[in-house]
Amino acid sequence: MSAHQQFADDLALYALGALQGDERAALEKHLETCADCRRELDQLRGDMALMAMSAAGPKPPQRSKQRLMSAIAKEPRHRAEPQRRGWLGWIPWVITAAAAFAVGSLLLQNSQLEEDLAEAKSQLSSSQTELQKAKEVVATLTASDAMRVTLVAAKTPPQPQGKAIYLKDRSSLIFLANNMPVLPAQKVYELWLIPKTGNPIPAGVFKPDAHGSATVVNPPLPAGVEAKAFAITVEPESGSAAPTSPVLMVGAGE
Amino acid sequence: MEVVSAIRSGDESAMAHLYDKYSSIVYSVALRVLADTGAAEDVLQEVFMQLWRNPGAFDASRGNIAPWLAVIARNRAIDSLRRRQPETDIEDVIVSVEPDMAGDAERSRAMEKVRSALGSMPAPQRSALEMAYFEGLTHTEIAEKTGEPLGTVKTRIRAGLMALRKVFA
Repeated sequence: MSAHQQFADDLALYALGALQGDERAALEKHLETCADCRRELDQLRGDMALMAMSAAGPKPPQRSKQRLMSAIAKEPRHRAEPQRRGWLGWIPWVITAAAAFAVGSLLLQNSQLEEDLAEAKSQLSSSQTELQKAKEVVATLTASDAMRVTLVAAKTPPQPQGKAIYLKDRSSLIFLANNMPVLPAQKVYELWLIPKTGNPIPAGVFKPDAHGSATVVNPPLPAGVEAKAFAITVEPESGSAAPTSPVLMVGAGE
Repeated sequence: MEVVSAIRSGDESAMAHLYDKYSSIVYSVALRVLADTGAAEDVLQEVFMQLWRNPGAFDASRGNIAPWLAVIARNRAIDSLRRRQPETDIEDVIVSVEPDMAGDAERSRAMEKVRSALGSMPAPQRSALEMAYFEGLTHTEIAEKTGEPLGTVKTRIRAGLMALRKVFA
């Protein structure tokens, strides 16, 4: 943190939503490339939550619950079909493709919205349905109790595997890993976006669960970076700003 | 978190259960910010409706739902106080809190600790933090109000948050 002392006070204000103008823009630019400050921001948001909890006490009137429940009844949510959920649980990679497709089709619909105002209303409602679907897909992907199965050629021992789905224009990254070896204490895996030019960019740290699975969803990334490849190294628990150990796994874009 | 999975599948009774458990914290935070019961009820309704529409926004792997809801309630109440459109999407709110707040007992212990930490802060520090947190004032506005230099206000706010963190370190 000492190298970033000049941003320390601003980070607290930023976490509170109280930083404005040039200072805010300068900090956001710095956050794009500084993992230390992003971690500190996470911590400060936790501190903020403690502050919120200090207000606890009053209870809302009973009518509030009735109001909520009747509003919910008017907005029944689409219940997931059991068959579809089971299938999703079984084949994570296919879900990922579905998520990417849903996001992609949203983008298309959005541009159409701009072109055709007459159809705006129906398009918006369809976009929202698509968005809801995409969110449900991501929720399934990241659920800690989801079953994760990697299919390999028969009689082949399972190998560590990672799959990164990256949308440059939205700086959106979904990463899933399976069969990852257990790490020593105080170590994490760190995912790296290897740009076409320049140094590797930190794209999130993760620890696999007891089954060797892990996900990283939308880590903070600088905007619009063209990725040449993604790689994984083992790093100290707090993550590193640049890789400090040899590349363990790597994959280049198609 | 099972109840969140149930909401995800559209279970209204799971939502009622979650409301019974956490409506008080959401309402309390909103009431503290807005000092108006009707406006606080509106924020309460809005926060739970957002969760109903988008339960996937809560990432159970990042912590407990109580502090997450509390932060969303604070942000929405400040937006409402300042009569502005919501500035942050609930999905962008990520809260990692060290103390375990899953159980009612743990939660009330944590609250006591926070209150006592606030109580033992120097008055100007506590007041700067509360103005930023519960009144949604920027550091410039706080400096204007108190007549103190900007840098002092900034440092006080950060030191206040750090003092809260230390209680659980």
